Amino acid sequence: MISFGMTEEQLEYQRMARQFIAQTVTPNATHWDETSHFPRDEIRQAWENGLLNLCLPESVGGAEMPLVDTLIISEEIAYGCVGYSTSCMANELALTPLVIGADEDQKQKFLKPFVDEFKMAAFCLSEPGAGSDAASLRTTARRDGDDWVISGQKQWITNATHADFYTVFATVDREAGHRGITLFAVPRNTPGITVAPHENKMGQRCSDTAPISFDEVRVPADHCIGGPGNGWKIAMRTLDFSRPLVAMSAVGVARRALEEAVAYAKERKTFGKPIGQHQAIGFMLADMAAKTQAARLLALEAAWRTDQGLPANKEASYAKAMCADWCMEICTDAVQVFGGYGYTKEYPVEKLMRDAKLIQIYEGTSQIQRVVISRELMR
Amino acid sequence: MKILVPIARTEDYNARIVVNKAGDDIERGGVAMVINPFDEIAVEEALRLLDGGDGEIVVCSIGGDEVATELRRALAMGAHRAIQVNTEVTLSPEVITPLLSAVCEREKPDLVLMGKQSIDGDSGQVPQRLAQRLGWPQATYAYEVKLEGSTVTIGCEADGGTETVAFDLPGIISADLRLNEPRLPKLPDIMKAKKKPYDVLSDAELGGVEEGPVKVVSLAAPPERQAGQMVADVDALIAKLRDEAKVLS
Repeated sequence: MISFGMTEEQLEYQRMARQFIAQTVTPNATHWDETSHFPRDEIRQAWENGLLNLCLPESVGGAEMPLVDTLIISEEIAYGCVGYSTSCMANELALTPLVIGADEDQKQKFLKPFVDEFKMAAFCLSEPGAGSDAASLRTTARRDGDDWVISGQKQWITNATHADFYTVFATVDREAGHRGITLFAVPRNTPGITVAPHENKMGQRCSDTAPISFDEVRVPADHCIGGPGNGWKIAMRTLDFSRPLVAMSAVGVARRALEEAVAYAKERKTFGKPIGQHQAIGFMLADMAAKTQAARLLALEAAWRTDQGLPANKEASYAKAMCADWCMEICTDAVQVFGGYGYTKEYPVEKLMRDAKLIQIYEGTSQIQRVVISRELMR
Repeated sequence: MKILVPIARTEDYNARIVVNKAGDDIERGGVAMVINPFDEIAVEEALRLLDGGDGEIVVCSIGGDEVATELRRALAMGAHRAIQVNTEVTLSPEVITPLLSAVCEREKPDLVLMGKQSIDGDSGQVPQRLAQRLGWPQATYAYEVKLEGSTVTIGCEADGGTETVAFDLPGIISADLRLNEPRLPKLPDIMKAKKKPYDVLSDAELGGVEEGPVKVVSLAAPPERQAGQMVADVDALIAKLRDEAKVLS
């Protein structure tokens, strides 16, 4: 039988993460959003406190943390600022394919440095012409002697400007569709890499998102992870980790929006009473609360399945689709609860609404998640 | 150097406390529990005094299995070993002191560092009673601690100012708010805390203990503040103070 309670350890992680974020992130998030400031120092502090790179295996000195535990931490980080959380979690996203597909030598070579030092990584799959249709990517990798030479363009890459290390998906055979896609480890300082200026985004503005050009970028043979043609399989497996994780960050944003709205609804009075006592507002808050909890449970179950080694494809998509969509609804309603004040930058909810929109788009759009689910149902 | 830090498990100072319906206790369900904040400051000070050098910080707490959470938090902060003392007797200064004294006789610490009081009972008696019982010097309400060899100099908060006290170890220091700001444990340290040595002793093994002489009979919330009254002039004010509030004769 399943338990819906957290272990003592999980409660400690939650408590520690909550305190860390309350001190380090929440007071600064508005400023980072307004100035589009990349909070490298505060991300370093997360690393120093052991909150980053939780997926790394014990064999390289990592925490090898169960996904469920990582999710609990992810909700707390996103509660403070989801742009900051995206920057932190981008490491998990970029390194998980290696955890899945690299051999032990490659894990020591590429993953151990993340345990020993503060480093950032970026997951490079999307391209200007290939987002939802990721398998149609055009970046190529050709064999040249003992090396691979990578050329192409990547788009919407989180941490692009600040990463020390790129996880790059390129095809060894454009005609082969997803069967040509191959995974490469590419250090930032390899010649031929150009990072364009970062995007000026609607929300998650402290997260660095930028296009990258790879122009005849040469890497040695041992930088090919999992062998030619195995990249797609590794990417798909990575989604069982990353989709629940991103879904749980949506829960963090939702909880923040809910708590802000409830606090306001207790204070603000209209027609002689706190607005939360009018059913129109009270019912909105009720739906926000129920959706937040439902979202949390969907995300946790998907993560639990991944931890148990059970197929989690469909469940990861349930979580990503519903958590992101409900989060957007909850944040929109939060602005509504605040009324005119919610529409101004003096109050925190308009940022939450702007931040939430991206969660419906990245890590597989809400539409792609429904493609995954309906295909499974129709099998 | 061995430092013993007794810690209490108390309600979070932020928690909303409500008296129960029977009026004999507070509502305990759902109230977040923490290390008594002044004891957390004591753990932090012990860590700073050792500063990663040779030495051992032993934390101990009295109660039942519920104190394990707080003991492991202290281990996560950096304490080396934990002692849980089990007792069914209601805790009070008269109960805690002999148990801690017995722990001191077993452990023979060079220094006992503890919070000035626990925020549930606010008795503020244990450090002083313990010093008396052991025959050790004490410095209470510390805002600063300096250790040189086996002499410790302590800046203490006092009514109307501060005073400086010095003694040779062993001795007892009680921590006040200004002493330091406790560190957040790092995630890997939370994981490591599970593996640190953890001993469980019964009160019988420490010589047994009896109920204290003071019993809490009832609890009540302070009366709700009444709204103020506006009066027209000073005469009306004096009349009200004399006739209604009865504070003037």
